[in-house]
This record gives sequence, structure tokens and C-alpha cells, in this order.
Amino acid sequence: MVLRKSLADLSYPRVRVLDVSAAEPLIAAHGLVKRFGDFTAVAGIDVDVRAGEAFGFLGPNGAGKSSTMRMIGCVSAPSGGTLRILGMDPVRDGPAIRARLGVCPQQDSLDQDITVRENLTVYARYFGISRRQARQRADELLEFVQLTERANDKVEPLSGGMKRRLTIARALVNDPAIVLLDEPTTGLDPQARHLVWERLFQLKQRGVTLVLTTHYMDEAEQLCDRLVVMDGGRIGAEGSPRQLIERYATREVVELRFSDATLDSYLGKLEGIGERLELLPDRILLYADDGDLAVAAVHERQLRPSSVLVRRSTLEDVFLHLTGRTLVD
Amino acid sequence: MVTLVLPRLAARAEQRFQRAAAVTGRNVTAARHFGYWWVLVSGFFEPVLYLLSIGVGVGALIKSFTLPDGRVIPYAAFVAPAMLAASAMNGALAETTMNFFGKMKYLRLYDGVLATPVKPFEIALGELMWALVRGSIYSVAFLGLMVAMGLTSAGWALVALPATVIVGLAFGGMGMAIATYVRSWQDFDYIMVVQFALFLFSGTFAPAGSYPLVMQIVVQLTPLYHGVELLRGLTTGVLGWGLLGHTAYLIAFASIGLAIASRRMAVLLYK
Amino acid sequence: MAHPTYAVFEHQLVSYRRVWRGSVLSSFLLPVLFLLAMGLTVGGYVDRGGGLGVRYLDFIAPGLLASTALQVAAGEATWPVHAGFVWHRMYHGMRATPVRIPDMVRGHIMYILLRVALSAVGFLVVMALFGAVHSAWAPAALPVAVLVGLATAAPIFAYSATISTDGMFAVLFRFAVVPMTLFAGVFFPVDSLPLAARALAYVSPLWHGVELTRAATLGTPTAWGGWAHVSFLVMWSVAGYLLAVHRFSRRLAD
Repeated sequence: MVLRKSLADLSYPRVRVLDVSAAEPLIAAHGLVKRFGDFTAVAGIDVDVRAGEAFGFLGPNGAGKSSTMRMIGCVSAPSGGTLRILGMDPVRDGPAIRARLGVCPQQDSLDQDITVRENLTVYARYFGISRRQARQRADELLEFVQLTERANDKVEPLSGGMKRRLTIARALVNDPAIVLLDEPTTGLDPQARHLVWERLFQLKQRGVTLVLTTHYMDEAEQLCDRLVVMDGGRIGAEGSPRQLIERYATREVVELRFSDATLDSYLGKLEGIGERLELLPDRILLYADDGDLAVAAVHERQLRPSSVLVRRSTLEDVFLHLTGRTLVD
Repeated sequence: MVTLVLPRLAARAEQRFQRAAAVTGRNVTAARHFGYWWVLVSGFFEPVLYLLSIGVGVGALIKSFTLPDGRVIPYAAFVAPAMLAASAMNGALAETTMNFFGKMKYLRLYDGVLATPVKPFEIALGELMWALVRGSIYSVAFLGLMVAMGLTSAGWALVALPATVIVGLAFGGMGMAIATYVRSWQDFDYIMVVQFALFLFSGTFAPAGSYPLVMQIVVQLTPLYHGVELLRGLTTGVLGWGLLGHTAYLIAFASIGLAIASRRMAVLLYK
Repeated sequence: MAHPTYAVFEHQLVSYRRVWRGSVLSSFLLPVLFLLAMGLTVGGYVDRGGGLGVRYLDFIAPGLLASTALQVAAGEATWPVHAGFVWHRMYHGMRATPVRIPDMVRGHIMYILLRVALSAVGFLVVMALFGAVHSAWAPAALPVAVLVGLATAAPIFAYSATISTDGMFAVLFRFAVVPMTLFAGVFFPVDSLPLAARALAYVSPLWHGVELTRAATLGTPTAWGGWAHVSFLVMWSVAGYLLAVHRFSRRLAD
């Protein structure tokens, strides 16, 4: 309850007035490329992010997500393709664009020498916000991320979750039109993750445009209205989490484990049940719209798996189908 | 045309300055904390201790000190302006090499700053302004001490103060440029040796004219020598056209350093 | 199995192999530069005064030798120890092995003393080249340098294990190490200091080291007699060591 009250105190306009026409996306990338020497991190991607949506880049480590985010954040110049952010050119108008972005980097870059509250007031000054406004804004944001009680502590003793929340608060200090979040909950414990998700969900509800990268499918499902699946610098698929699952997976999945060593010998025996089979090192995934029916068919063939689990398909399955690999290894 | 462009340019310059000032402001905020405050205050004592030890202690062993031009002055009055220049150098280098490197590589402070409208040049400028603020506080205190010890007059101390800022600027700009080339903390061992060699051999404890000829030539190329000569001329009240030459050298040195620093920073930070 | 103290010593040696170049500069070149700047240029003016009885270069060279021992000890007993607790947490790693706390302190100090000894040998050779060695007792300056290293490194270990931020090292250097270097008889005799400052110089380990080293390289008597100075340095070493072990135990208790 306390949470909700503190949220109401924050004065975010529900509808953002933007100086770009409503039709133009806030972020528009076409054939976007990023090369580091011989290595191509981003190999020509097309992305449109519209006002008010929560957009995600889902992919494993090294997929090119962070490079894309750095280009959108105007701290890394594209090597090819076009990129427009808030109707401006990131190379020429970097400062003007950054003035309206909030960035939460993958690695916290908080200032260890000063207090929690000063981290926000000092940062606000970089945006040219007056001292008085900065103080007011800092207090509101500390309330929002539930760090008011730690306002005068140094950063160092804070837990990982608190540091991440402070970084998020810092990203909001200029009341940004777009908030960029690079792996917002990587390295946090489950409880801390949920707290961060809750805050981000509140922002989303208030109409703030969120762009995030993640290699957690649950995070993508929780937060994203629309996402792209990235692998090896390319986009494999695009849509809402539900659309992607419908398109690239069946409604349900049966996970089968067998106690004897040679899993692949079962592939032939399972042939024909469900729509598709995937072999993982420790289990076989059997894709079927009706999981229970599929399990019955397995038993009919006199196969005795050591464990059987029927579950709904997730983005993990989408990713597996698209790339043949799992997201988190 | 001019009436249209000028206000725009002025507004842009003001914005730049404000953003650089925000970077300086961060350091002022940090300086208010207890641990840092101690470090700041203790920084003042080092040149004072050198003045007392070498200037007064060793000075007592030097019965009469005659400058190459024939004037006889107390040895402490000879050493004091050199300590003033060295203190401006040390203060500026401490902030712009070690602290700057630590903030950039170790604390990753600027990664956060670059996500804002602040540009690399403005970060460099802001850090340099802080180094000058810190250095100037030391200079004011040290000049006060010199006046109290009768090593210069209050009037000349006032004239010397802006000159200490120029010395700080020269080393601050160069220090920042060097910091962008530093690979790890170990490299500071090399910087420290160079800094210490400058401290010892810039006409600091004995007139540069008493060095062997080759060394005299080398020393005249280094920046601290010009800082020492400029401040010694001002605090002992001996003016000459040479002082303008020293000033010009220091300003050129500062500009080159700052130009290299902001270019290198853009390369390092905008990957 | 090697003794754990020796294992700690060896650990330090392994890391030294990576950084030795920079440390040669700071622990050998700096004192030599100091010797040149003060002994040769300022020395000319001092020798004209003739108040010391010996060449100024000969006077400060042994002082700088003792002060080098202090610099190396102080440099190695500060940031590297702090790093072991806070940055790379080496001591916490050792805590999980059979290494005991006295082993950590002794092994690490042993390494520092090796560094002190190496620098002292280097400096003594330079002194000989400059003709600043005037007594057959000169080699005795080496064990004295090691003792100065121990008498300063041990209490500084305790300090480093106590402080929470590395910024406090600047305070240690500016209020203890630098004043000692400048006022404990290295550059001018302590007799000319005001009484209070002289008392502080007498308490400092460096002054005793300077007296002993000067006696060794010049063949002159010391102020209080050799054994008095040695005992004083031993006192600093033992007290410092005990305190260091105590502070290490505190720091690693949680």
C-alpha cells in the first residue's frame, strides 16, 4: 500500500507531448550495424520503438544487445545503417537526445564517494536541472525506489538490489522520454528482481517508454509489450511474447527425462508424437498443443521416462526453436 | 548576421560551462565528506614541510646564499616560491592523473556521466576546474604562510596568486592527457618518477644556472622550471620580460594538454 | 610441506614478478635522484658554509639510505595490504586455508624486507660510486636498513588493517612518513630543531636508523650509542608486529 501511495506522488504526465509527429517512432533503426575491427557485433537490424511501449531485446550474452543499446544511448556511433532517436540524429544531436533519455547500464556506475541522495542530485546537475529542483526530484525518486531510509548512506554498503534501484532512480532524474535498461535484473536474487520488475511495471503503466535487454525469458514476458529475439547480431523474430509463442512453439511442452544414458536413441521411438522434438543434454522436449494427450501416447509406446513434466511454452522455447540453443547456459 | 550568431554562440558557451561546472560540483560534493576532507587538508602540509625542512633546516647550514646575478637573499626565500610552484603542480597532477584515472577506469564514473548531455570535453574541463580550485586553495594558504614568514610581501603575494593558477592549468591539462594513456596503476610509478625529477631539478633547491650545461638546457624545456622562475620573479619582486616568456610557455603547454585530453577521452569513452 | 609463512612470502614474490620494473624506479631511482639534487647542487652551497665537518653529499647519503628503507616499507605496507582486505581480498582467501594470521603478517613482511634489502644494496653501490663510503663498517648499513624496514612496516601494517578507505593513506604519508623523512636528521642535524620537534624525531624509528647508518658509512660514533638505537628499533618492530597481528585478527573476524 505504501508503494502505491508513493507512486501517486510522482508527477509523471500520463500523455507525453513529443516534438515528433505521433506517427514517427521514438526510435527507428534500419539496417543498423556495429563493427569493432573485424568483429561485427550488430549485423544490420531493423527496429521501431513507439511511444509508450515496453520494447525488449531478448538474446543470450554476446547477441549484440548491449552494443545496440549503446548506439541508442548515443555513446557509440553506428558503423552502418540509419538510426533516428526522438526524430534526431544520434551522431550530430547526441547531447540533445541524451538530455531526454534515462540510461540504466548493465554495470552500476554509481559514485562511491558520495551518498545515495547526492548520487541523484549530482546527476541531475548534469542535465542542467536547478539545485532546488534536483533535491525535490531526488526525494521523490528515493521514495519511488524505496531508498528514502538509506538517503544519507554511502553507496558501498547497499545490497545489489538497492544499487540497481538507485541506478534506475538515477536514470529517471531528468524525467526522460525513453528509459534504456541494459539487463536490469542480471545478478540479482529473486526477491530483488521482483521488486525491480514492480517498479518498472509502474513506470510502464504511467506511459514511460521502456527499452530493455535481457537474457531472461521470464523478464521479457513480464515486462515487454513487444520484443525482438536477437542472436549473433541479427534479429530472428519480432512480436509480442504471446505472438512469438504462438508462431514458434506449440501451446504446451512435455519435458521427458530417461534414466539410461543415451537420450538420442529415444528420438526415433518418440517420432510422430506432437509436432516437434528437441534434444537437450539432459532431457527431450516434446512440443504438442495438448501435453496430456502426448504423454498418453508416450506411455502407449511402452516408453518409461524417469520423469515427465507438462508445462506451457515460453519464450525460451521460441528461442530454442529459432536458434537451436538455450538462452542461459 | 552577427547579431544572430553571437547570442547563439554565447548561449552554447554558457551551456558548456554549466555542464562542466556540474562535473566540478560533483567533486565539491564529494569533498564535503569526512575522509576526503582529511586528504584535501593534509595536501596543504606537504610543501610547508619541505619549506621548513629544506628552506629553513638546510638553509641554516648555508651561511650566505648568493644568486647568480649577485643578489644575496635568505635561502628560504629562494626555496619558497619553488615549493609554491611544486605544490600547484602536485595538486593539479594528483587530481588529473591518479584521481581522474581512478574515476574513469576503476569507478567507471564517466560511463554514467556520458549518458547525460555532458560531453567528454566538458568532463575534462570540469575536472580541470576542480583541480584549479583545489590548487588555488593551497596556493592562497601557502602564500599567506610566506607573507607571515617574511618571505614575500602581501602585495607580491596577490600578484603571484593568478600565476599559480597558470602553473596549475599547465600541469592539469597535461596530466589529463597523460592519464588517458595510462594502462594500469603500475604506470603511475613512471609518472611519479618524472614528477619527482621535475620537482628536484627545476631550479627548485639551487639556481638552474649552477647545473651542468647539458642539464641547464634540458631543464629549460620542462614546464616546472618556467613555473618556478615565474613565481620566484614575482614573489621576490624582480620583474623582467622573461616572465612573459615563462607565462606564454605555460599557457601553450596547458592548451596542448587539454586538446589532447579531450580528443583522447572521446576515443576512450565513445567506443 | 612448506611452512605457511613461506607460502605467503612466495605468493608475494609471484606478484612482484609482474610489477618489478615500476618498483625499481620508485625504490631505487628516486633516492638516487634525491642524492644528486641535494648532494651535488645544494651541497655546493652548504659546503661553502662548512658547518657540518663532512661533505654534504657524505652527510645525506646514509640518511637517504635509511629513508629509502622507510619509503619502500611504507609503500609496500599500505596500498597492497589495503588491497588484500578490500580490493582483491587476498587475506580473506588465505583465511580459508591453513595459513594463520601471524603467517600472513610475517610472510608479507618478509617479502617487504627482501624489497628493502634489495633497494639498500643498490643505493649503497651508488653511494660507493659517488665516494660517499668512508668506513669498513659500511656493509652494516644493510642490516640496519632491514631493521628500519621492519620497525616501520610492522606498525604501518596495523594502520592499514584498521582504516576503511584508502584515502587515509594520504594522511599517513603527509603526517608521518613525509615529516619523518624531512625532519629526522636526513637533511640536517636534528639539533637545530625546536625542542618539541626534536623530541618527535627521537621517537621516530627513522632517526635511529639514520644515526646507525651514518655511523656505518662515515665511521663516526652515534648520538646515543649503537645498542640504544638498535634496541629502540627492535621495540618499534615488536610492538608494531603484535599490534598488526591484533588488527589483522579484528579485520578478518567478520
